[in-house]
Amino acid sequence: MERKITTPFTLDKVQELKAGDNVLITGIIYTARDAAHKRLIELLEHGEALPIDIKDSIIYYVGPTPEKPGHIIGSAGPTTSYRMDSYTPRLLDMGLRGMIGKGSRSVSVIDSMKKNGAVYFAAIGGAAALMSKSIKKAEVVAYEDLGAEAIRRLEVVDFPAVVVIDAQGNNLYEIGQSDYLKKNV
Amino acid sequence: MKEIHVADITRLVKELCINSNYYISKDVQGKIEESAKNEPWPIAKDILDKILKNIEIARNENLPACQDTGMACVFIEIGQEVHVTGGDLENAIHEGVRQGYSEGYLRKSVVGDPLERINTKDNTPAVIYYDIVPGDKLGITVAPKGFGSENMSQLKMLKPSDGVEGVKEFVLKVVKEAGPNPCPPVVVGVGIGGTFDKAAYLAKKALIRPLTEKNPNKFYADLEEELLNNINKLGIGPQGFGGRTTALKVNIEIYPTHIAGLPVAVNINCHVTRHAHAEL
Repeated sequence: MERKITTPFTLDKVQELKAGDNVLITGIIYTARDAAHKRLIELLEHGEALPIDIKDSIIYYVGPTPEKPGHIIGSAGPTTSYRMDSYTPRLLDMGLRGMIGKGSRSVSVIDSMKKNGAVYFAAIGGAAALMSKSIKKAEVVAYEDLGAEAIRRLEVVDFPAVVVIDAQGNNLYEIGQSDYLKKNV
Repeated sequence: MKEIHVADITRLVKELCINSNYYISKDVQGKIEESAKNEPWPIAKDILDKILKNIEIARNENLPACQDTGMACVFIEIGQEVHVTGGDLENAIHEGVRQGYSEGYLRKSVVGDPLERINTKDNTPAVIYYDIVPGDKLGITVAPKGFGSENMSQLKMLKPSDGVEGVKEFVLKVVKEAGPNPCPPVVVGVGIGGTFDKAAYLAKKALIRPLTEKNPNKFYADLEEELLNNINKLGIGPQGFGGRTTALKVNIEIYPTHIAGLPVAVNINCHVTRHAHAEL
């Protein structure tokens, strides 16, 4: 069963989701990975405004391939999330509600997700050509000089993801693996 | 003496960069298909089916299967009867990578100075390995390596007394610690022996062996099989959501080593294991 979600990703929508839910996301999401996160945090440290509206937003950790002529975007699957962990709690405090990536998160990120109310989704790492099909519009909104790492505003329709960590801190990486092992040893 | 012009080398490297990223090889696809058939866990089977669908889309539409089109690892086997003409071999290889990543719309993921971190904007330099072999052929294998899995790789200098049990324990530990991060199902390259650097090279080289081929030495072929079975009992599963299929294959390469040492390197690759080979 797939649940449909739309942006803005408000707290009431966040609280309905449970680890293990398959979701289809429709609306606006922003891309950012290592270098963009570094710059966002530097802006905050200097007391400056962010180039995107972070409140009730979803950030997708991705650096797409260049789009071919006539294409909206290149292949665009998730990158590994833990590299963003040191920056994430700061953004969650500002109202970031959703992150799409792959792989484990730190205890401090999970604590901050529970405190603020946020969800961590995983997209299928390596299925980048498939995922690009759900992206209907892409526009660089900041840090064009970073190339693949620039911040893009994406319009997505039925973008497939799985809730890995919900706002209560339930974690599919732990639950899924232990459920499998209980039934298949 | 056979003459090979650098322009032909550049052209071939370019093609191999593009082809390896668009067209996941049949040995890798075959292992994923086989795993999907044998996967008892529904969510895991669903992920494997989507991975197969992605391979099809990439192949049919000439798109990179993964957005991390990697750092280009290039293995050159140069016959000692070959004379390279028209310029510098190493520059010809870098030029092939430059053209391939540009013309193929592949992502440029290389930074020049590792601490300064300025993107070189053409995915060069490649990481190149040369082997001099008998004959008059020049073999080129391009294996673009993504860093989600590269970052999960480890090397350990075991003691000789740790033996094969120590090797098994270390390989399992590396895969377990990697968990969902390297995009399982993974391919595990293991290098045993040599020196510190040789073990790492062997582990990388193990990843370019087709997944349909076993180690020619029966002891190591059995060890590959045993390690694969044990890894697939960890329960990590595709993408780490639980399931049987944590790894597709374990490939081991070995080399003689010193009386005092037992180096073991484990190089993890994701399910988008890319290798393309051609000869001039």
